[in-house]
Amino acid sequence: MEVGQMQRRLMDYTKSLFMEGFLDGQFLQLQQLQDESNPDFVVEVVSLFFDDSEKLLNDLTMALDQPNVDFKKVDAHVHQLKGSSSSIGAQRVKNACIAFRNFCEEQNTEACLRCLQQVKQEYYLAKNKLESLFRLEQQIVAAGGSVPIMEMGF
Amino acid sequence: MGVESGFSSPRNDVFPAGLRVLVVDDDPTWLKILEKMLKKCSYEVTTCCLAREALNLLRERKDGYDIVISDVNMPDMDGFKLLEHVGLEMDLPVIMMSVDGETSRVMKGVQHGACDYLLKPIRMKELRNIWQHVFRKKIHEVRDIESLEGIESIHMTRSGSDMFDDGHLLGGEDITSVRKRKDADNKHDDKDLSDPSSTKKARVVWTVDLHQKFVKAVNQIGFDKVGPKKILDLMNVPWLTRENVASHLQKYRLYLSRLQKESDIKNSFTGMNHSDPSSKDSTASFGHHNSMNVMQDDLSNGAYSFSVNNSLAQNVDLKGHEGDRKGITSVPVAEPKGALSIDIPDPNKAKSSHISFDHSLGSVDSGLNFASFNSTNLVQYSWSKIPEIQFKQECEPLQLENGFSQLPLPGSHHHMQTEYLQPSASISSGPSITEKEASSSRIEVKPMYDEYGRNHVKHLSPMEAVDLFPVQSKNHTLHNQVFEPISTSTSSMKSPDVSLNWLTDLEFAQRNLNGGAGIPFTSLSEDIQVCWLQEYSALDKGLFA
Repeated sequence: MEVGQMQRRLMDYTKSLFMEGFLDGQFLQLQQLQDESNPDFVVEVVSLFFDDSEKLLNDLTMALDQPNVDFKKVDAHVHQLKGSSSSIGAQRVKNACIAFRNFCEEQNTEACLRCLQQVKQEYYLAKNKLESLFRLEQQIVAAGGSVPIMEMGF
Repeated sequence: MGVESGFSSPRNDVFPAGLRVLVVDDDPTWLKILEKMLKKCSYEVTTCCLAREALNLLRERKDGYDIVISDVNMPDMDGFKLLEHVGLEMDLPVIMMSVDGETSRVMKGVQHGACDYLLKPIRMKELRNIWQHVFRKKIHEVRDIESLEGIESIHMTRSGSDMFDDGHLLGGEDITSVRKRKDADNKHDDKDLSDPSSTKKARVVWTVDLHQKFVKAVNQIGFDKVGPKKILDLMNVPWLTRENVASHLQKYRLYLSRLQKESDIKNSFTGMNHSDPSSKDSTASFGHHNSMNVMQDDLSNGAYSFSVNNSLAQNVDLKGHEGDRKGITSVPVAEPKGALSIDIPDPNKAKSSHISFDHSLGSVDSGLNFASFNSTNLVQYSWSKIPEIQFKQECEPLQLENGFSQLPLPGSHHHMQTEYLQPSASISSGPSITEKEASSSRIEVKPMYDEYGRNHVKHLSPMEAVDLFPVQSKNHTLHNQVFEPISTSTSSMKSPDVSLNWLTDLEFAQRNLNGGAGIPFTSLSEDIQVCWLQEYSALDKGLFA
């Protein structure tokens, strides 16, 4: 596949991610922040997000696994996850967190467990998509091309 | 988290570029993003993921940051708590951030003093404008300080305020009008009881009296140990809240540090800032623009060297030297301020004799450095001739009007005032300066002058006040005497080197005690003139015979 084609594929893929709500405007902001002084900025930030989120998800799993669930703590974790997902524009993850928090307030363990599942699912999906995106970018760069920057046109 | 070494002094000419921002967020992703965004705004960014770490950074470098941005939810400390600390200790603008935008949270942020509350995800454009908070605070701070200075100035001699040369206030900034307005407001406004229940909090007007109580309380507690609660208790003003006191204390500290900075610049001479440790810190007199630090010499005779510098109030230790010869009084000199006011609030004493000095005094401080008086000689020679130079040093009077602590005369228990340093002038006054003595000293002075040579006398003669020794500070005339001749050489005062010259002069004078001393003294006196003269003459025209 030649560079032009790869670039088009990348553009289409990115667009679909936005359309499907996986990513929001914040992701574009990140892309715009990237510059020559920091060519891997987006990848770095997203990697940070992955690491942090996985830790949070583990903490959440453990917290909900307790005989006496500390909902305050659970809520705190979810709040954090909500915050970091918003940082990279992982919209669906963020939305799942919002729903999760409501059940924390109700102190409904069952519902919380279901929410946790939901959040995990969204997270892994987002992770997959982003990794694919980055792979595409890498391929383009490897082929000597440059990564097209999405404009906030749509 | 990475700490950048951007601890430079505030950028002035390219503001807001170079704005020094401290970002606190436990979320590493956000921390990285914010750092990048802020850098793109050309700000100097320092990041930190723990509130405690942030506080440490802030405390380490009190002046190292312009603004703090902090997340609300943090593991080690509530963001609101951090907000409070920063507000109280450093008085920096703080912006809160959160992914949670509930009204109640935002309200809490504002109540705790946040100057803004941003919702995550934060956009670049929101960060671009954060400089406005820094700017706004600076403006308000200036106004507040001005109003505080305004309050203090009311204590000064009646003509004190007249002495203020508007143009000199704040280094020429056009704040005087604001200040004057604030003064008027402060004087005439009724005390607005702050009503915590009202949604629009009534602003406490720090009137002269109230501020005076505040300063007294601060002095009593000891500037180092002061805290809003203690002050509040001491002040015993029922309607005043701890918050009111806390914020006022902040401003007061800022004011003092500002003057301190200025004095530091001028303080080259003698390293005079010695003062009785006990007294030094406890009496922070506010609103003194010129500080005369009477440094105690190591000389056995206890000659004090005076250094007039811009140091602030902290050096003024008026009280507390009961029976302590080494009273050190420093009247802070405020460079920017037009007038010097030596008003050292002494709870016990009336402030009748405040001397306000012309801003030129600021430059004077260089001249007033008597530090070298190692002049034991000086003292000796001058004093020896004088039968009485005893200036009893009362600690209180020290507050003096002249703000000088007396220089101890060799062999005598006298405390000499700075004026004394001027060879002729000082000597004449009697030990305790009372009005009576003043007049008598007046007489005495004359002969003294003779000793120093006619030249001196010449210098002095224009001034009528022979009794320059303000020692007790009751004698303005004394001051006048001393100062008058000085006025002529204000220009010399301007250079910080003057003090050095002065010292040399003193020594020289010493040698030339008996004659021909005129010349060196002349220069000395010129140096000393500094602005006192102007001040005095303005102040007490009537006193001069």
